[in-house]
Amino acid sequence: MTIEGSHRASDAGAPPEIPPRRSTTRDLERYARLFAQRTQVMKSSAMRDLMAVTERPEVISLAGGLPDTRTFDSTTFASVMAHIAEAECARALQYGPTEGHADVRKHIVAIMDEEGMRVEEDEVLVTTGGQQVIDLVCKTLIDPGDVIVAEAPTYPGAVPTFCSYQADVVQIELDDEGMRIDVLEQQLEILDAQGRAPKFIYTIPSFQNPGGVSMSLERRRRLVEIASERELLVLEDNPYGLLRFEGEPLPTLFSLDGGQFVIYLGTFSKILSPGVRLGWSVAPRPVSAKMNLGKQAVDLCSASLTQRFVNGYFETGEWRGYLDLLIGVYRRRRDVMFEALEEHFPDGATWTRPQGGLFVWATLPDYIDTTDLLARALRDNVAFVPGRAAYLDGRGGSSMRLNFSGVDEADIREGVRRIGEVVREQVELYSKLTEH
Amino acid sequence: MSRVAVLKGGRSLERQVSLKSAARVVGALERRGHDVVEIDVGSDLVERLREAEADVAFIAMHGRDGEDGTVQELLELVGIPYTGSDPFACIRCWDKVLTKHALVEAGIPTPPFYAFNETAFRGLGAAQALPEIEERLEFPIVVKPASQGSALGIKFARTAAEVPKALLTAFSYDSKILLERHVAGHDLSVSILDSPDGPVVLPVVEAIAHPDDDFYDFVARYEVGRTHFACPAEIGFNSASGAQALALRAYELLGCQGFARVDLMLDATTGESFVLEVNAIPGLTTTSLLPQAAEAAGIDFDSLISRVLELALARAAA
Repeated sequence: MTIEGSHRASDAGAPPEIPPRRSTTRDLERYARLFAQRTQVMKSSAMRDLMAVTERPEVISLAGGLPDTRTFDSTTFASVMAHIAEAECARALQYGPTEGHADVRKHIVAIMDEEGMRVEEDEVLVTTGGQQVIDLVCKTLIDPGDVIVAEAPTYPGAVPTFCSYQADVVQIELDDEGMRIDVLEQQLEILDAQGRAPKFIYTIPSFQNPGGVSMSLERRRRLVEIASERELLVLEDNPYGLLRFEGEPLPTLFSLDGGQFVIYLGTFSKILSPGVRLGWSVAPRPVSAKMNLGKQAVDLCSASLTQRFVNGYFETGEWRGYLDLLIGVYRRRRDVMFEALEEHFPDGATWTRPQGGLFVWATLPDYIDTTDLLARALRDNVAFVPGRAAYLDGRGGSSMRLNFSGVDEADIREGVRRIGEVVREQVELYSKLTEH
Repeated sequence: MSRVAVLKGGRSLERQVSLKSAARVVGALERRGHDVVEIDVGSDLVERLREAEADVAFIAMHGRDGEDGTVQELLELVGIPYTGSDPFACIRCWDKVLTKHALVEAGIPTPPFYAFNETAFRGLGAAQALPEIEERLEFPIVVKPASQGSALGIKFARTAAEVPKALLTAFSYDSKILLERHVAGHDLSVSILDSPDGPVVLPVVEAIAHPDDDFYDFVARYEVGRTHFACPAEIGFNSASGAQALALRAYELLGCQGFARVDLMLDATTGESFVLEVNAIPGLTTTSLLPQAAEAAGIDFDSLISRVLELALARAAA
């Protein structure tokens, strides 16, 4: 294991002396003084440390947000890669344009068309995962103290991004029809009174992460109107729109607004693979131009190799079939999760009933803290995401996010059974603790 | 130079902290020329220990299995010398209720407390006794699981209404809990490092919480810049030496070996120090207190780790 062992004396003589690597707490203090202000708000949470235990093989983790990549046909993978090796090896290994390979953008136009959105290829910015869009939008729009409106709960992965740009995040609660637009309007008026306005409203209208709910058509229309009336931007994050198991598709905010005030965020992560790390945005051109500059500063361009893979794969025309396969698998898993929740969760627990996507959001009696519950559940080798991860203001303490896409049916059943048992135990103990 | 098995990770809730400690320990050992085998502790531990053919094990684990004497017992069985305390001392440190009973018996000040198993509430109606406990301890009351490190599961109850929820939290981490009188004042840590001439008490560290934080909690403990540390603590010579003397007595009372960290509260009004707990395997991360205290005493991290390793080897030889 020693590093020194791998160094060999060169012909030129003795190996150069390697200065010892110092690592002391005083050094740490010294570096800490160099940290930027924004690192003060970058949160490393207790929860994240607890989550480290969930990676262990004996743990059934309903905590992930993972699509099931085991469903992907490896022969397709091999033939696409073989084609790249034969026909476009040099290109796959080369830098590419910041905005992405033209043929990948062409496929993105087709994918968006599938959900009723009409865009031009040159409007698309290919990014390194959808996550980079959130970062680039913040980089483009947010100065410290600027307001972002998000849903409550919101996508846990957006929280550190918002925090690192020192945004002031206002969260608007959800119900079964998505973001409460009436509450949004009240909040906007409160901000008006303070002489403030949000730079953008961040929403996942379809099969929200973590809530699982979808915004109703009426609310979608009203949100787009508000954006236009107030000239606010909306960041529509739509990773799951095509993963609908039942019910009529709803128009995206982007299609309702025609791309005037809506920045659209798409991703290949849930319809193909998160491993390719490719997403995209379509934004009003002046915003997109700034985002492009921002992306140049971050990574010059997204990976050419995976863009070649995505192009090759979409050229095969298999993607719709694969999407149908995913929908079938996830629908069954969701149904199993519903059955298990019904059977094992006690009275007083509620959960959302998503018609697509990857997640169910369950809420327990308010005296149960799901972060503590996770510690208890880990003793029984089962994990979930505590609700607090989806809030910036300490709310969500009695809720949890449960993933059904990345775990097989037997594990979903067993995982929910174990969580249900621990919850029942807590409910019973609490009633004993309050007996006086 | 020795072949050292560094035990890390495991199933504990402090797995992540352990991985951070272990990474630093491995670095220090390699810089001193040791041959290191890292073992993420799991169901194949005994087998891996046998395969490793290590001269000595460095236990860089925190929380259950690593700090509760389990891994130590297995190492005794396999016949590999190891760093830190033996199983009996580990057990006494790991269970705060055992620790506190031992302290009380030895006349070492520790805040008044009441401890219960879950069964007391489930089957014996202990909830009926809560009003009396609350009256005797006075609010705010600290409710904590008997085991667990890193302040996991610890809650403050400011009113009677907050007690059941705080108990429920503590019971999420252990089936045994304690309710303890809160001592308002300075949050101190005294680390002790053995030497061939006997244990050496290191300078006192004070943790000064971020104004937004409720108390010195799990998040603050591991986040750079979140909690400010004063080392040596600026609490005056008498208070510091008083805390150090108590810490050493606690260390010896519980039979600790190699190193340990004793956590205390210095009452801001009376100036009296109280021992809260003793950690048999103190954190060794970049924000941990033992390395800070060692450094304040002129012992850098690599020397600290070497010393702990040498003590383990010397103990085995003797």
